[in-house]
Amino acid sequence: MDLTPSQTVGPFFAHALTWADGPDVVDSAAPGAFWLRGVVYDGAGEPVPDALIESWQASPEGRFDHPDDPRGAVAGFRGFGRCPTDPAGRWGIRTVRPGRVPGANGVLQAPHIDLSVFARGLLDRVVTRVYLPSEPSNVDDPVLMSVPDAVRGSLVAVPAVDGYRFDIRLQGEHETVFFSV
Amino acid sequence: MDSGLPGYRRDPGGTHPPLLTPEYGSTVLRAPHREPVVLPHSLTEITGPALGEGRVLPADHDLTRQHEGEPLGERIIVHGRVLDSDGRAVPDTLVELWQANSAGRYAHDRDQHPAPLDPNFTGVGRCLTDSSGRYRFVTLKPGAYPWRNHENAWRAQHLHFSLFGRAFVQRLVTQMYFPGDPLFYQDPIYNAVPSAARHRMVSAFDLSETVPEWALAYGFDIVLRGRDQTPMEA
Repeated sequence: MDLTPSQTVGPFFAHALTWADGPDVVDSAAPGAFWLRGVVYDGAGEPVPDALIESWQASPEGRFDHPDDPRGAVAGFRGFGRCPTDPAGRWGIRTVRPGRVPGANGVLQAPHIDLSVFARGLLDRVVTRVYLPSEPSNVDDPVLMSVPDAVRGSLVAVPAVDGYRFDIRLQGEHETVFFSV
Repeated sequence: MDSGLPGYRRDPGGTHPPLLTPEYGSTVLRAPHREPVVLPHSLTEITGPALGEGRVLPADHDLTRQHEGEPLGERIIVHGRVLDSDGRAVPDTLVELWQANSAGRYAHDRDQHPAPLDPNFTGVGRCLTDSSGRYRFVTLKPGAYPWRNHENAWRAQHLHFSLFGRAFVQRLVTQMYFPGDPLFYQDPIYNAVPSAARHRMVSAFDLSETVPEWALAYGFDIVLRGRDQTPMEA
């Protein structure tokens, strides 16, 4: 069967696609909880005030609450966050460091969080990955190492007061690396 | 990886709109310029959030019953199945719907179109597909509305749909249109999709699902990518 095409989320989704607990991948009492925050910028360097960020990641043990994980589903970890950007283009999710997840050929990947970005003017979502700084396994991560040196840094969050910062530049000289999935 | 894991096929060309579509002005500063890097599908990509319990209330599928009074407009039933490209049902998956009211205005702070808001219509619906992948909403036919993309620009009438499917790689946000809309020809969002695929976004009038003396019905099946025959890319 032929796939249904993607369309933009448009400017008027916030009353439909946001939840009071959307940014809470974990609650504030979770051990190791931190905020992952950033700003979405357009190609002119202006903040994007009508984007939606969604995150998906493994639990701290590297597991998913999902029946297709051949190691078995582990219930109780939501793994998902969603947050619209505010008028200054800012978003944030409260989460925890994901565990390592096997990739191709069973090689363990470095901890990573998949992000989807939706916005007015994006006819399809764009996908990126957040890696964490000072993570020794980053240098062995097959995905991170597949990205050219010059732009790899756009995939690594930077330390911030209450967690990490990960800005998303949709276009331009410092454009974030996006992935086709 | 072990064999037998459900990898997903990549979208064939000719399916989705190019991110840079200059006729839709907002793409010009937002579409990335660099080619995306191909991400092999690992467990992170072939899993996805289980969103159901607690996210959907029993009345969420009926957008005409969310307030004290009935909203004004043409009542319609929108129904269909969520399938993968092998025709398999996608059961128990969250379907989110949002739309303008019958006057063409969204109940959103930033919609400044001078058409009336309807205190009885929020224009937001949710449901979970059943075991056969079916969903059904009761709502109103949305009005067309102007936007500032080009001279005298109007959006074709549409409903917004958000689908999660079973896996991160199946996530889809799309729009459903109505058959025979005279605004198609000048709507660059609709026309951004390759011409051979546009009809997949257009619902079909469905007499069999109408409710006599109550509501017309439109059918709209949504097809998400299917699984690969081979194990995850190694």
